[in-house]
Amino acid sequence: MEQKEHDVILSVRDLNVKFTLRGRTLHAIRDVSLDLYQGESLAIVGESGSGKSVFTKTFMGLTDQNGTIESGTIHYQNGMDLAKLRTEKEWQAIRGKEIAMVLQDPMTSLNPLKTIGKQIEEAVVLHQGLKGEAARKVVLETLTHVGIDDPERRYKQYPHEFSGGMRQRVVIAIAIACRPKILICDEPTTALDVTIQAQILELIKALQKQYGLTTIYITHDLGVVANVADRIAVMYAGDIVEIGTCEEVFYDPRHPYTWALLSSLPQLGIKGEPLYSIAGAPANLFNEVKGDAFAPRNPQALKIDFVERPPYFEVSPTHKARTWLLDPRAPKVEPPEHIKQLREQGVRLRGQA
Amino acid sequence: MVKPDANVLLDVKDLCVDFGSRRKPFHAVKHVSFQIHKGETFGLVGESGSGKTTIGRAIIRIHPTSGGEVWFQGEKINGKVSHEVDRTVTRKIQMIFQDPMASLNERAKVDYIVSEGLYAQKLHLTQAQREEKVAKALSDVGLLPEFASRFPHEFSGGQRQRIGIARALILDPEFIIADEPISALDVSIRAQVLNLMSKLQKERGLTYLFIAHDLSVMRFICDRIAVIYKGELQELAETEQLFAHPLHPYTRALLSAIPQPDPISERQKVLEVYDPSCHGYSDQNPPLWEEVESGHFVRGSRAELDAYRAKL
Repeated sequence: MEQKEHDVILSVRDLNVKFTLRGRTLHAIRDVSLDLYQGESLAIVGESGSGKSVFTKTFMGLTDQNGTIESGTIHYQNGMDLAKLRTEKEWQAIRGKEIAMVLQDPMTSLNPLKTIGKQIEEAVVLHQGLKGEAARKVVLETLTHVGIDDPERRYKQYPHEFSGGMRQRVVIAIAIACRPKILICDEPTTALDVTIQAQILELIKALQKQYGLTTIYITHDLGVVANVADRIAVMYAGDIVEIGTCEEVFYDPRHPYTWALLSSLPQLGIKGEPLYSIAGAPANLFNEVKGDAFAPRNPQALKIDFVERPPYFEVSPTHKARTWLLDPRAPKVEPPEHIKQLREQGVRLRGQA
Repeated sequence: MVKPDANVLLDVKDLCVDFGSRRKPFHAVKHVSFQIHKGETFGLVGESGSGKTTIGRAIIRIHPTSGGEVWFQGEKINGKVSHEVDRTVTRKIQMIFQDPMASLNERAKVDYIVSEGLYAQKLHLTQAQREEKVAKALSDVGLLPEFASRFPHEFSGGQRQRIGIARALILDPEFIIADEPISALDVSIRAQVLNLMSKLQKERGLTYLFIAHDLSVMRFICDRIAVIYKGELQELAETEQLFAHPLHPYTRALLSAIPQPDPISERQKVLEVYDPSCHGYSDQNPPLWEEVESGHFVRGSRAELDAYRAKL
């Protein structure tokens, strides 16, 4: 990440989100704080149920009906506290215009009964106040920007006439048509083929440069984000357990959960040997989490991990992790073999650069 | 290297599958031939719409074939077959599906889901024998036998995929077609399911046809890999051979698209994009399917094949 500017565009402090489900309370986001910098791309990585989608949905007021923001603030650049917004009308000023979202499955996020031109135009008309020919022109321009050839013809086509990758391009076109400042991509490539996945990631990267966007990627696959992210936040059980620059998280991870996530990537597996897998199941957030939420699944957990929640320990000014292993009093725990290899590789590659 | 005389379990010869009307057919699979040896994991990789799933479904006879032959353990199993062959094939070939959220009957208990195959085979088991089989299948995939009385919605994605595997195992199959068994799962759960599949293969000597679009996973689990594009095989080789010397441009494009957990080298990476018109095939210059080194088949024109051979 370029260190030159640190203009915070979105600042989250001590956010708590709870859901009520059949009379029980689920504590989905537990005291999360995060600063999003202008122009960066941040990847939020975690398993299903880690709260990564819930967390970003609070930025757009899309939390499900039974969920509430219990406490905490989300300060947007223009001074608004997004956690305080309640009515749909208030949200209209933010949604799409300032913060836009690309959802996971392009097969379900488009309206099958409208031409894709009309669907993009809708956003343009609503947020830019353009009409008729002017709106149409913006739509055609946007279609070209997202790499769709022959926009005149494509404008009149329906979603079923597009392939998966092309549909995702249309969804991205809708998101950027209203010139948002922040683009949230929720698993943008999970439903796509590997070859298409690489192309879509390239596209988002190019658009980010072109429009000066700040992007947030949400994914469960650490392998995907190495190419695109400036910073990576690892989420587990509704909490950011480690955050750092892309290089720091890949080459020098500190939290045992990050170790486990990296080790379970098949790219790093050795044929014939069982692949590393994380034992147990994710923490049940219906119950109050005591200590480090990952401790029950961590074979090297310390005693204190079960008692007290670790604070953030700073590894470098940009890199911090919530684990007692970084406490000066903690015993020295060796990271697994895969992580050591990554670390060596990082040292080697950085030496070359 | 598997010797040519190794035990061939499944032999697909010149398989064609067409969809649509007879007057205007769509050729989903065009003249595909390959052999799967007993005890190996054979990978079939390609993008959506390449026909990889169709091949799997044609083998298990969900889709009728429109040309070619499928031989399983020395018996022809496509087209018209006797009632006897039909039953043995149903028992010996089973399938694991992609999306565990969609492939289990929401309204049936796990007990019924897993034992449906037993009913269909009309094995006339007593209740106790059936329950014993279900309990065994569940514990084989690492689930508790008590789970039999629950409904699918009570389970997580990884557990549901295990139920799907238990359902495939209960008839004691010899050959399992796994159609993208892990692509709908989280990364951390993928490892568990892959390990389970390898474990079962070792214990029971199973043979897998592993269908996926992601080569990074295949490198880990497959012995041989066939690359398919638009219904035609492009390259077939042993896994390590394929990764060390990818010859066909489409294979190279697939390989370059694998995301690596390594930011520095990932940023320097150049994506290869496959352009199907680069071959310049014509009637005078038809594509051929030839073995360029032992066990390594590639599709290409005469000139291309010579260039591939020179490269090796």
